[in-house]
Amino acid sequence: MTPLNPRPPGRLFAGLSLLLAAGTALADYTWNFPTPVTPIARDTLHIHNEFMVIITVLFVVVFSIMVYSMVKHRKSTGAEPATFTGPTGAFQWFWVLVPFGILLFIDFVLMGIPAFHAVIEMEDTRTKADMVLKVTGLQWKWQYEYPDSGIKFISTMSTPREQIEGKAAKGENYLLEVDNEVVLPVGKKVRVLLTSTDVIHTWWVPQFGVKRDAIPGFLRETWVRIEEPGVYRGQCAELCGKDHGFMPVVVRAVPEAEYLAWVDKKKTEMAAAAAGSDRAWTKEELVAAGKAAYEKNCAACHQAEGQGLPPAFPALAGSKIVTGPLLSPEGKLLPDSHVDRVLNGKAGTAMQAFKATLSDADLAAIITYERNAFGNAKGDMIQPAQIKALR
Amino acid sequence: MNTATHTLDPHAGHAHHPAGLMRWLTTTNHKDIGTMYLTFSLLMFFVGGAMILAVRAELFQPGLQLMKPEFFNQLIGVHALVMIFAALMPAATGFANWMIPLMIGAPDMALPRLNNWGFWLLPPAALLLTMPFILALFGIGDGAVATGWTLYAPLSVQGGIGVDFAIFSIHILGISSIMGSINIIATLLNMRAPGMTLMKMPLFCWGWLVTAVLLIITLPVLAGGVTMLLTDRHFGTHFFNAAGGGDPILFQHLFWFFGHPEVYILLLPVWGLMPHVLSTFTRKPIYGHTAQVYGFIAIGVLGLIVWAHHFMTAGLPVPALLYFMYSTMAISLPLAVLFFCWIATMWRGAMSFETPMLFAIGFIVLFGIAGLTGLVLADVAADAQYHHSYFVVAHFHYALFAGGIMGVMTGVYYWLPKWTGHMYSEKLGKLHFWLTVISFNFTFMPQFFLGLAGMPRRIPDYALQFTEFNAISTVGAFVLGLSQLLFAWNIWRCVRGGAKATDEVWEGTSGLEWELSSPPPYHSWDTQPVIKSGT
Repeated sequence: MTPLNPRPPGRLFAGLSLLLAAGTALADYTWNFPTPVTPIARDTLHIHNEFMVIITVLFVVVFSIMVYSMVKHRKSTGAEPATFTGPTGAFQWFWVLVPFGILLFIDFVLMGIPAFHAVIEMEDTRTKADMVLKVTGLQWKWQYEYPDSGIKFISTMSTPREQIEGKAAKGENYLLEVDNEVVLPVGKKVRVLLTSTDVIHTWWVPQFGVKRDAIPGFLRETWVRIEEPGVYRGQCAELCGKDHGFMPVVVRAVPEAEYLAWVDKKKTEMAAAAAGSDRAWTKEELVAAGKAAYEKNCAACHQAEGQGLPPAFPALAGSKIVTGPLLSPEGKLLPDSHVDRVLNGKAGTAMQAFKATLSDADLAAIITYERNAFGNAKGDMIQPAQIKALR
Repeated sequence: MNTATHTLDPHAGHAHHPAGLMRWLTTTNHKDIGTMYLTFSLLMFFVGGAMILAVRAELFQPGLQLMKPEFFNQLIGVHALVMIFAALMPAATGFANWMIPLMIGAPDMALPRLNNWGFWLLPPAALLLTMPFILALFGIGDGAVATGWTLYAPLSVQGGIGVDFAIFSIHILGISSIMGSINIIATLLNMRAPGMTLMKMPLFCWGWLVTAVLLIITLPVLAGGVTMLLTDRHFGTHFFNAAGGGDPILFQHLFWFFGHPEVYILLLPVWGLMPHVLSTFTRKPIYGHTAQVYGFIAIGVLGLIVWAHHFMTAGLPVPALLYFMYSTMAISLPLAVLFFCWIATMWRGAMSFETPMLFAIGFIVLFGIAGLTGLVLADVAADAQYHHSYFVVAHFHYALFAGGIMGVMTGVYYWLPKWTGHMYSEKLGKLHFWLTVISFNFTFMPQFFLGLAGMPRRIPDYALQFTEFNAISTVGAFVLGLSQLLFAWNIWRCVRGGAKATDEVWEGTSGLEWELSSPPPYHSWDTQPVIKSGT
């Protein structure tokens, strides 16, 4: 592990922009990639810096010739125009072809060879992978799964609406903070599998140097080996609808022992949540839990007061579907009913099949809450155990 | 051409066209149609510009101040579609209409009625594209297309009626462009003056010939792609839905098979124009005419086979990544031929720096930045960091604003005296150039750094570390936008009057177009000129 070059030559590129001289007071990394923490990101920064030097030299050399000509060959200084229209003779042809030889060398040797190795390294996701992290993009949150330990959770942005609307001071990690961080062990090669349940999203943490699309119905992969403990922040990079800008990725890299402790803790939490679906809940419990889960999972589209954003996101307040019958008299799922929509979503719209991502308890709580909030005084409720049976 | 027509009064044609509105609705005259294309383009340039200024205003500070994210997403996508399809492409077609017959010694375009139809399809298409904004005000639908101009499925399958409007708008724009292309190819291949062999054809015409061929090859693919999107949305097909055996990435392949050549479609006419301007203001013949022709063709061919570099993060297999990386890098070679020829044309000339020359030099330098950053973007590993970030936004605005739009401005200042018979205000023109070039860099240079620091594209709100660069960029954008009013004002003044332009207009011109009067007669070349061998 070579240490990061403290003075990346890519800043030459920055130096080109005299217009931004005032910006030198800004933090160092805003002029270039943020500090890399994976082998890929380090290589990428290195390659980027090298390329920036190459193109800066090309730029300066080529346009120096042009500027020299603009100064020397002016009508106002009495220059007489030449009449040549192309190279003549072997000597001139040689000098005309030299720049293209140099460019060929730059393209396919100087840049092409390091680029080749970087691609091979970047795409080698499987060799000696220590663990797998499965990332699923959803509008507009990420679900993380650890297949080795059975952990699965959703990570949504935790920046309060008031900060976005300018009604409260913006925090340090404005828009780049989540309720559930992904925790990964330092020094392990993590194979990251990506997919999506609705539209294309892109998982990007700049300090990891990887960016990969999450495509509905397909698995894509990449890998990270984080070398330094810390919290790394990124966000969705592919336009994925209304809240594309509010879909951060936060990864906490910790030493292995700490990671194992976190795994145990998460497993206990998951067991407690699973136990929740077997016991009987009171309506008050469900409504209270439902309000919290609704605000996290549903309010982005259907809004906090259930008024929705029609026509794309229909209102729940007074909705025919929400105030319709809960289940059939035999306790079976009614097609296109409230429960069906929440569990299975609606094809071709942003309404997802939430049974894929939420627990029985959360689903029961959200359904019960929606039927008893926003003026929908249905008075009925559904138990987590019933949801479990309907899955 | 039959010599019998020579006995007619060359101005007799004037009597035969209707006046007033009917003249413009029914005209088949290449100059009238060219003027309409250019006017439409200028108008839409301001429409697209206003949209993006609203976006930049929102991005001035972190937080949501002016608009909801839904509306933000509509503005960015429609801005791109308007600028590409309704501002840049019609400007290039306007140039072609005005200049190709003058340059090749023809009385008009080969297919004048098709020409009229091609233009009159544009206003309804632009209306379709922007109408959902207005419909939404009356509670119909949820606004214009909000997927970005790339219309990626499945986001576009999920979208509202704006997507359908955009699809039909693209169909109409595509028909218009294909008809324009057929007309240009027919004109260039059949109506050149005797003695003007293909290799002697002016470079502007060559740039347009390659553009027209690219349009005819790629537009049907886009039309097919958006039609598949339409049937996925409404008729139960699953082209882009994995659950039905489709693939969302298929849409990206179809889109960018058109989308990448589209970049050259926008730029080739400008590359064709540059050597004429440089030669005029250096008072020296064009360097490497033949080399540039082959450069255009090579770029056109390469442009058709590199499309997947626009989605290298989508998880393409390694051999595909390597192929698209190296083929993309190869474009630097023919492009370098053009740069070499431009600079060699300037070398040992006798330069003067009127407004068109200033814009041409600004174009070469700033487009150089676009080309060089494009070269590094081709590298798959580095692209993983640049892609979907503001680095790409900056890169393609150096290509399409500094390259495309400043190229068009070069042409407008260069040819305006020929079109109107009056000189524009050189003072206003120079002021417009300096304001444009400085504010352009203030707008887009910070965006390179935003991208490197990790700011994704198409977000309505951003983390606090991006604040300063965004503020600079917004200020730059407003100066840039307002400076363009000078451009419109200067054109308006020049149309209305001003110092008389001579037939040659500029000191160092060469070519048939400068042998006609300024403005040229209604039917351009009544007598076909003859190109003697050796010229």
